[in-house]
Amino acid sequence: MRNWLIILGFTLMPGLSMAQENSVKLDSVKIDHDDKPSLQRGAKLFVNYCLSCHSAAYMRYNRMAKDLDIPKRLVEQYMMFTADKIGGLMKSNMPPEEAKRAFGTVPPDLTLIARSRTPEWIYTYLRSFYRDKTSPSGWNNIVFPQVAMPFILYRLQGVQSAVFDKDKTTGARRFDKFELIQKGTMTPQEYAVAMRDLTNYLAYMAEPAKIVRHHIGRYAMVFLGLLLVLVVLLKHEYWRDVK
Amino acid sequence: MSGLLDWFDARFPLRKVAHEHALSYYSPKNFNAWYYFGSLAILVLFMQIVTGIFLTMHYKPDSQLAFASVEYIMRDVPWGWLIRYLHSTGASLMFVIIYLHMFRSLMYGSFHRPRELLWIIGSIIFVALMAEAFMGYLLPWGNMSYWGAQVIISLFTAIPYVGDALAQWIRGDFVIGDATLNRFFAFHVVLVPMLLLLLVFLHMVALHKVGSNNPEGIEIKLHRDENGIPLDGIPFHPYYTVKDLVGVVLFTFVYLGIVFFVPDMGGWFLEPDNFQVANTFHTPPDIKPLWYFTPFYSILRAVTYPLFGVAAKFWGVLSMGMSIGMIFLLPWLDRSPVRSILYKSPIFTWALGIFVVTFIMLGYLGGKNPSHTDLLFFTNVVWSQIGYFLYFGFFLLMPVYSKLGIVKTVGTRVQSK
Repeated sequence: MRNWLIILGFTLMPGLSMAQENSVKLDSVKIDHDDKPSLQRGAKLFVNYCLSCHSAAYMRYNRMAKDLDIPKRLVEQYMMFTADKIGGLMKSNMPPEEAKRAFGTVPPDLTLIARSRTPEWIYTYLRSFYRDKTSPSGWNNIVFPQVAMPFILYRLQGVQSAVFDKDKTTGARRFDKFELIQKGTMTPQEYAVAMRDLTNYLAYMAEPAKIVRHHIGRYAMVFLGLLLVLVVLLKHEYWRDVK
Repeated sequence: MSGLLDWFDARFPLRKVAHEHALSYYSPKNFNAWYYFGSLAILVLFMQIVTGIFLTMHYKPDSQLAFASVEYIMRDVPWGWLIRYLHSTGASLMFVIIYLHMFRSLMYGSFHRPRELLWIIGSIIFVALMAEAFMGYLLPWGNMSYWGAQVIISLFTAIPYVGDALAQWIRGDFVIGDATLNRFFAFHVVLVPMLLLLLVFLHMVALHKVGSNNPEGIEIKLHRDENGIPLDGIPFHPYYTVKDLVGVVLFTFVYLGIVFFVPDMGGWFLEPDNFQVANTFHTPPDIKPLWYFTPFYSILRAVTYPLFGVAAKFWGVLSMGMSIGMIFLLPWLDRSPVRSILYKSPIFTWALGIFVVTFIMLGYLGGKNPSHTDLLFFTNVVWSQIGYFLYFGFFLLMPVYSKLGIVKTVGTRVQSK
């Protein structure tokens, strides 16, 4: 029995999740790759806003169409701004040299951003832009201070300003809350839902195989369960004469 | 059928080998679950080779193409994601299995005379596996691949006089680059796997010469019946082949469970930083090796004092090398008259328990920032220094404490199946 506890300890050890070292508290977000309407809305936001400057250079339009149940005709008509063929990769609208001139840096490829940053980070980041007259773009972000990206979704969310207060013990400047100083086309609730959709889409895009892997995984576990019964019975049958 | 076998037997020792290594190879009847890990290691080695062959069909060992080719495997190659996850998960699970396999030997004294050479070959396999894993980790050309390799290879610069030239020789360039990636690919897919197969073969030959130890540490060959068959032995086939099948299915639950549901294992098997392409200008905030190297990495970072006018880094590298070297010496460090922990004095049990806690603690600290305080009272570097002394204490004091205390009397026959 004690041996088994030790085995269990060893196998669970890697399961402890990595501690989040970021000092900003990240908001949780529901990622659901079976929620097709959410993924479709997220894809629409993604191709209309993000792909203008960012690329998703490992993702193909037809893969998105197939996985998200979007008819190819609609993708070709309304979503493909950067490729001639539906089997093409999601390249950026903006050449890298031009982007560098405009922002001082080339916007990162977003294909895998949900895996390198986590969905929680993206969801919080997209809702944490605020007006900052001291920064070159006029925008700043609580999650990613001094980010080069201007807040292109401000028409949707509106314009926020950040309110800071002082930490009582250390006296350091600490973020308190956002205030909406100019309304957008969406209410805060609508904007939060839209950003959840976009995050959900980015999480899907980072690993399209996730849909099928969960699906097959269940069958694999059931199969192994049945196989386990058989091999245990087989072992007992063979071992009956061992005293 | 027997005619065909006769034809083969006249030309190849088919029946002889089958008898010597399976049908009439007698294993102790009292193996417990700890004895699954040997056959499981062979299973995972087989899986790594098969999945590795399929990965090389689509992977491109070129610093401009490598990262994209891995994503191509993940997205465009039919079942590519499955092959890749089986390989990446297999790598981590190989170390889980090997660590448990080694711990089994520590508990039951399986390295005692006459199994010293068996243990030495096993230790060489462990070192070869570390080389295999380290070089394989560079191949996806993610940012952690790049910076991890950068840090580890730059360790060689700590060696006085020849260090810089040596590091450059290993990289094949002044920095990690295409030359490094290509040679690591060659070593990872050809040289080290061939060495591993040879070493595993030798490990098996040595094992079958001396026979398996067992949880009680009793030599079953000393008590035989009138036909010369060990009284407590049972033929490996079919008894242990069917029993190991249970281990295989139980292990496959864990293996496929991870592959299908948590292939990143919360960042422990696939690190978030490695989903960004290698970037020479952007260092990840915390460069750390994968979890199976972190205990040794902690020992490296625990040394912070320069000695005899030589930088601390050199002594750290030396300590790390010695911490792995200690494993080889075990057969000569353990002076206990009995093998198994079931008969050893409680002093040894305590030492082994403390060692396990130390090893896990060092592993935890190796993934953390040394100046932070993640455990009680002290910063991580202080804890890793405590772990350093406990780790080496376990080995270097073993000749003393393994002789202390009262051992139980070992019987002549194993107690149960």
